[in-house]
Amino acid sequence: MVPIQYYTALSAILFTIGALGVLTRRNAIIVFMSVELMLNSANLVFVAFARSFQSINGQVFVFFVMAVAAAEVAVGLALIVAIFRSKHNINIDQINNLRG
Amino acid sequence: MNSLLNNLLQPLTLVTFFPLVGVLIILFLKQEQKNAARWVALITSLITFGLSLVVLAYFNPSYPDLQEVINLPWIPIAQWEIRYYLGVDGLSILLLLLTTLLTPISILSTWTAVEDRVKDFMLFFLLLEVGMVGVFLAQDLFLFYIFWEFTLVPMYFLIGIWGGPRRMYAAVKFFLYTMAGSILMLLAILWLGIYQGSFQVPDLIAKGGIPANLQIWLFLAFAAAFAIKVPMWPLHSWLPDAHVEAPTAGSVILAGVLLKMGTYGFVRFNLPLFPQAAVQLAPWMAVLAVIGILYGAAVSYAQKDVKKLVAYSSVSHLGFVMLGIFALNSQGVQGGILQMVNHGLSTGALFLIVGMIYERRHTRDMDAFGGLWKVMPIYGALTLIVALSSMGLPGLNGFVGEFTILLGSWGAGQPGGPLGSHWYAGLAAIGVILAAVYILLMFQKMFLGPVTKDENRNLKDLNWREIITLLPLLILIFWIGLYPKPFFVLMAPAVDKLVAALQTAVVAGVP
Amino acid sequence: MFFEEAVSSGPQFFNLVPWIVFFPVIGLLFNIFFGGRILERSRAGEKIVGGVASLAAGLSFLVSVLLAISLNGHPEGMVVPLADWINIGELNIRWAFQVDTLSVTMMLVVSGVGTLIHIYAIGYMHEDVRHNGDPGRFRRFFVFMNLFIAAMMILVSGDNYMMLFVGWEGVGLCSYLLIGFWYEKGKDGIGNALAAKKAMVTNRIGDFGFLLAAFTIFWTFGTFKFHAIFEKAPEVAVANPGALLFITICLLIGVTGKSAQLPLYVWLPDAMAGPTPVSALIHAATMVTAGVYLVARSAEIYVLVPTAQFWVTLVGSVTALFAATIAVGQFDIKKVLAYSTISQLGFMVAAVGMGAFVAGMFHLVTHAFFKALLFLSSGSVIQGLERGHHHVEHDPKLKKQLKGHAHDFDPQDMRNMGGLRERMKITYWVYLIGAIALAGIPPLAGFWSKDEILADASKEFSWAYTLLTLAAIFTAFYMTRQILMVFFGKARTPAAEHAEESPLVVTAPLMILAVLSFFGGLINLPFDGFHQFAHWLEHTLGEYAHPGEFILVVALLSTGLALVSLALGWWLYNPRRYEEFWAIPAARRPDDPLRSYIGPIYEALKNKYWVDELYWAVFLNPYIDLSRFLADVIDWRFWHDWFHDRVIMGGYNLLTRLLAIRIDLGGIDAAANGLAVLTQRVAERLRQVQTGYVRNYALSIFVGVVIILGYLLLR
Repeated sequence: MVPIQYYTALSAILFTIGALGVLTRRNAIIVFMSVELMLNSANLVFVAFARSFQSINGQVFVFFVMAVAAAEVAVGLALIVAIFRSKHNINIDQINNLRG
Repeated sequence: MNSLLNNLLQPLTLVTFFPLVGVLIILFLKQEQKNAARWVALITSLITFGLSLVVLAYFNPSYPDLQEVINLPWIPIAQWEIRYYLGVDGLSILLLLLTTLLTPISILSTWTAVEDRVKDFMLFFLLLEVGMVGVFLAQDLFLFYIFWEFTLVPMYFLIGIWGGPRRMYAAVKFFLYTMAGSILMLLAILWLGIYQGSFQVPDLIAKGGIPANLQIWLFLAFAAAFAIKVPMWPLHSWLPDAHVEAPTAGSVILAGVLLKMGTYGFVRFNLPLFPQAAVQLAPWMAVLAVIGILYGAAVSYAQKDVKKLVAYSSVSHLGFVMLGIFALNSQGVQGGILQMVNHGLSTGALFLIVGMIYERRHTRDMDAFGGLWKVMPIYGALTLIVALSSMGLPGLNGFVGEFTILLGSWGAGQPGGPLGSHWYAGLAAIGVILAAVYILLMFQKMFLGPVTKDENRNLKDLNWREIITLLPLLILIFWIGLYPKPFFVLMAPAVDKLVAALQTAVVAGVP
Repeated sequence: MFFEEAVSSGPQFFNLVPWIVFFPVIGLLFNIFFGGRILERSRAGEKIVGGVASLAAGLSFLVSVLLAISLNGHPEGMVVPLADWINIGELNIRWAFQVDTLSVTMMLVVSGVGTLIHIYAIGYMHEDVRHNGDPGRFRRFFVFMNLFIAAMMILVSGDNYMMLFVGWEGVGLCSYLLIGFWYEKGKDGIGNALAAKKAMVTNRIGDFGFLLAAFTIFWTFGTFKFHAIFEKAPEVAVANPGALLFITICLLIGVTGKSAQLPLYVWLPDAMAGPTPVSALIHAATMVTAGVYLVARSAEIYVLVPTAQFWVTLVGSVTALFAATIAVGQFDIKKVLAYSTISQLGFMVAAVGMGAFVAGMFHLVTHAFFKALLFLSSGSVIQGLERGHHHVEHDPKLKKQLKGHAHDFDPQDMRNMGGLRERMKITYWVYLIGAIALAGIPPLAGFWSKDEILADASKEFSWAYTLLTLAAIFTAFYMTRQILMVFFGKARTPAAEHAEESPLVVTAPLMILAVLSFFGGLINLPFDGFHQFAHWLEHTLGEYAHPGEFILVVALLSTGLALVSLALGWWLYNPRRYEEFWAIPAARRPDDPLRSYIGPIYEALKNKYWVDELYWAVFLNPYIDLSRFLADVIDWRFWHDWFHDRVIMGGYNLLTRLLAIRIDLGGIDAAANGLAVLTQRVAERLRQVQTGYVRNYALSIFVGVVIILGYLLLR
C-alpha cells in the first residue's frame, strides 16, 4: 500500500508544473494542456483520498471533473480555432481584446 | 360547447356585447370608407336597440327582482368569487332602452358633423355603448366597476380627438374627476367583498347587517363616485368643460346616459346596500340637490354660450332626480327614474338642436342668433317643443317627472318623513319658475326678435336626416307627457320593493 | 256625489265630452300638416285654414250645447274617464272629464265666444299678416288658437286638480305663443317677445303657488279628484285646518297669476302685444277667468276657510279699484281695456271670495260677452285706422298731410283717433253697447252681473262694497273717456279721417256679441222666477249657489254714481271742449285734460304707479345680478378657475414640480447620478488592471490563492 503522502506529493508536483505552464507558456494550446494537467492532479488527489477513506464520493467527483474537462476542451479548442482563423496566431500575449 | 353557445345567446349578453360585432367589422374598413363606417355603426346600434326591445319583450313587469339573469363564475380568487352576473329589473330596464335608443340617434347626428377619422369615431362610439349597457346590467360589483371605468376611455378619446379648441383640457379633467371618485368606490367594493364575502349585489342586499356607522362611510365612498358623475353641486365643475368641448354626439351621450350612471348608481347600490345610511343622510343629499336645482338654474340664466346653458341646466335637472331619489318614497323614486329618462330625452334633444345650428353657423354664442324661427320655422317649432319639455310644461314629459318628484319630496317632508321639512320641495319648486326663466331667455335670444345678423338670413331649415334624428325623441316627449303609465308600470314593483326595504330600515334605524 | 251612470231621464250625450278637446286638436293637426300647402296652392287658402279652425271650435261648441241639453235632463252630471295618466302607488291621476253645470257653463263660454273670435280672426288676420309682412303666419295663428281652445277645455273640464293644471299651463303656453306672435315686432324689435316671456314667467310664479297647493292637497286628501276632496273637506277642516288654509292661500297665488290680480297682474297690460283676437279671447274673455273658475270650483274648500275668503275678497276688490284708476291714465285703446279687464276680474275674484259664486260666474259670463266685444271692436277700430293710414300713404295728394309722423304712426293711440263715429258706424254702435254694458248702466248685461256682486258685498263685506263701488265709478269714467276720444269730435289725424269700416266677417261676430252683451243679463235677473243661472249652478255648487237678491238702494246708488261719473266724463272730454283742448299748441298742451286738475296723480296713473319699475328694481335686476354673480364670479372665476384650475390643478402642478425638481432631480436623481459618477471613477482606475492578457489573470489568481492559503495556514 502506497502511503497517501506520495499521492499528494505527486499531485502537488503535477499541479505546480501545470500552473507554471499556464503562467509561462505563450502558445494557447500548451496553456490548455497545462490546465488539463492541473485538473488531473486534482483528480489524482480525489482518487487517492477516496481510496484512503473507503468512500465512493471522490471517485464520482472525478467523473464529473473529467466530463467538465472534456467539455472545456471541446469549447476551448473551438475557441482557439476561431481565434486562429481571425488572427492567424495563437500567441496569448497578442490576444488582449478584453482589455478594460 | 353547447352550453357556451347557450350562455352567449342570452339576451342580456347579446345586448351588451353586440356592438363589438360592429367594432370588428369597422376594424376591417379603411379610413377613407367613411360612409361604410357610418352605416355599419348605425346598423349595429339599431340592432342593439332591437335586442334591447327583445329584452323588454322577455321582461315581466310585475316581477320585482332581477330577470333574464346570467350568472357564471368568472374570476375565482381564494374564497371570493367574481362572477359574470348580468340582470335587468325595473330600475334599469328604462335606462337600458334609453342608452340603446340614444346611441343610434347620436350616430345619425354625426353623419355630416364628423368628417375626420370617422372610422375611429365610430369604433369608440360602439365601445362606449358596450360600457354603458354593461353598467346598467352588471350585478356583480367588480363587473360593474370594470364597465364603469371602461366607459371613461372611449369618452376620453371622443372629447379629446373630436372636441372643441380646449378639448384636451376638458378630456383630461373629465377623466381625472371621474377616476378620483371611482377610487373611493373601489375601496368600498373591496371592503364589501372582503368583509361581507361577496361581490354580488343581490347577495349583499340579502345579507345586510352592516353596522350603521360603517354604512355611512361606505355610502359616502360610493356616493363620491356617483355624485361626481351626476354631477351634484358642488362637484359639477367638470361638466361645462366636458359638454362645451365634446362633439355633439358626445354631449348627447354624456348628458343622456353617462350622467344617469351616477343617479342610477345611487338607486341601484347606495339605497339597497346601505339603507340606514341612506335614511340618515337623505336630508343632506336633498340639501345638495336643492342647492343644485336653484344654483344650476340661476347660473344657466347668465350664460352666453347656449351649450353651456344646457350644461348647467343639467345640473338643475339632475338635482331634481337626486331630490326624488332621496325622498325615499315611491313617488319620488319612480319620478326620479322617469326624470332620468326625461332628462336624457329633452337634454339630449337640446344638444342635438345646438349641434344642428353649430354645424350651420360654427358658433354657439346666443347673441349671434336672433329671429331664427322666421328663417328656420321647422327648427324653431321643434326647438320650442323640446324647450317646453325641458322646462316642465304639463302634457310633455318633463312635467310628469318633476311633478312626481316634487310631490314625493313634499310627502317626504311631512313630519316623520325622511326629509322632515317641506322646505326641500318648496324651494325646489322655485326651480320650476327659474327653469322657465332661462329656457325662455334662450328661446327668445335664439329664435325671437328680428333677424339682425346677415349670416343668419339664409340658413337652411332642417333636412330629413335631422328631423328623423329628433323625431323619436319628440314622440317619446309627447308619449311620456300624455300617457306615462307604461313607463311607470315597468318600474313600479322594483321601486316598491326598494322603498319597502327602506321603510324597514327607517323603522330599524330608530333607536 | 259622483255618478258613473245616469239616473234621470232625457237625452244624454255625456260620453261625447272628450270631443270638446279632440275637435280643436284635430283642427290644429290638420292645419299643421296641410295648412301650409293649402295656403300656397289655393286662392281661398286663408278661408279654408281659418274655416277649418273655426269649424273645430264650432264643433266644440256644438258638443258643449249637447252637454248642456243633457244636463237639463240629468242635472247631476257625470264623470267621463278617458285614460290613466300618472299612477304611482296611491297616486292616481287620470284623464277624466267632469260634466256638470259649472264646467259646462265655462265650456259654453269658451267655445261659444271662441268660435265667434275664430270667425272674426279670419278677417282680422287676413289684414294683420299683410300689415306685418308675413302672410305665411296666418296658419300658425289658427294652430295656436285651436291649441288654446283645446287647453282651455282641458282646464274647465278636468275632474281633478292636476288635469285642471294641465289646461292651466297649456293656456299659459298659448298665451305666450300668441302674445309673441309677432315676435320680431314691438319695442326694439324684441318688445313683443319680452311681453310674452313676462306673461309666461309671471304665470309660472302663480303656478308655483298652484303646485304647492297641489302637493298639500295630495298629502292631505290622498287624491286630486274634486268630488273626493270636497267630500272629505269638512272632516279635514276640523282635523287639520292649517292644511286647508295653506291650500286655499296657495291656490290664491295661482289665481293672482292667471287672473292678473295684485300683485301678479303686471303681465296682462303687456300681453296686449298679441293680435287683437288674442286679447279678446285669451286676455279678456276666457283664459284670465280661469282663476275665477278655480275658486268657484273649489267653493267647497273656500267656504270652510274664512281667512282665505277674506284674502281672496281683499285681493279682488283692491285690484278692481287699483286697475280701474290706472285705466284712466292710458292712451292706448287696448291698454285701457286691459286695465279694465284686470279691474273686472277683480270684481269676479272678490265675488267668489266673499262666497257669491253665482254672482262671480254670472259676471264672468257677461264680461266674456262685452269685453270680447270691446276688444274685437277695438281691433276693428285699429284696422280701420290702419286702412286709413294705408290709404293716405299711397295717395300722393294726401301724403303731404302726414307731415312728420308718417313712420311712427301708432294706430292704437286714442289721441290719433277721433270722429270715427261717422266712418265706422257698425263698430261705433257695437262699441257703445259694450261700453255701456261695462259701465254698468241698466238694462245691459253688465249692470245685472255687477249689481249682483255689489248687492252681495253690501250685506257682509262693507269695505269690499266701498272699494268695488269706487271701482265702478272709475269704470264708467274711463269708458266715457274712451268712447269720446275714439268716436266723437273731429278726426285728429289723416288716418282717422280716412278710416274705413271693417268687412262683414269682422263685423258679424261683433253684432252677435253686441246682442249677447245687451241681453246677457237675462240669464240671471235678480227677481224670483228668473234665477235660471243660479238654479243651474245649484246642481254643482249646492247650497253655496244662493240666488242674487235685488237691493234697490244698491242698484240705484251704483247706477246713479255711474251716471254721475259718465256726466263728469262728458264734461271733461265732450267734443267741443276736447277740440279746444287740442287746439292749444303742442308745446304747452298737457297730454290729457285731466292733467290740468290732478297733475301729479295723473302722472302716477299714466305710469301705472311705477309698479313695473318697482318689480325691476326689487326682483328682476337683483336676480339678474345674482345669476351673473353666481355664474361669472362664483361658478367660473372662483369655483372653476380659481379653485379647480388654480388650487387643485395648480397645486398639483406645483407639487409635481417640487417633487420633480427638488426631490427627484435634486435628491433621488442626484444620488443615482452621483453613484454612477463614483462607479465611473472607480472603474477608470480598475480598468487598468484588466490587461486582457490571460497570463496576468492567471498570475493574479495564483497570487490570490497563495495569499488565501497563507492566511489559512498562518492564522
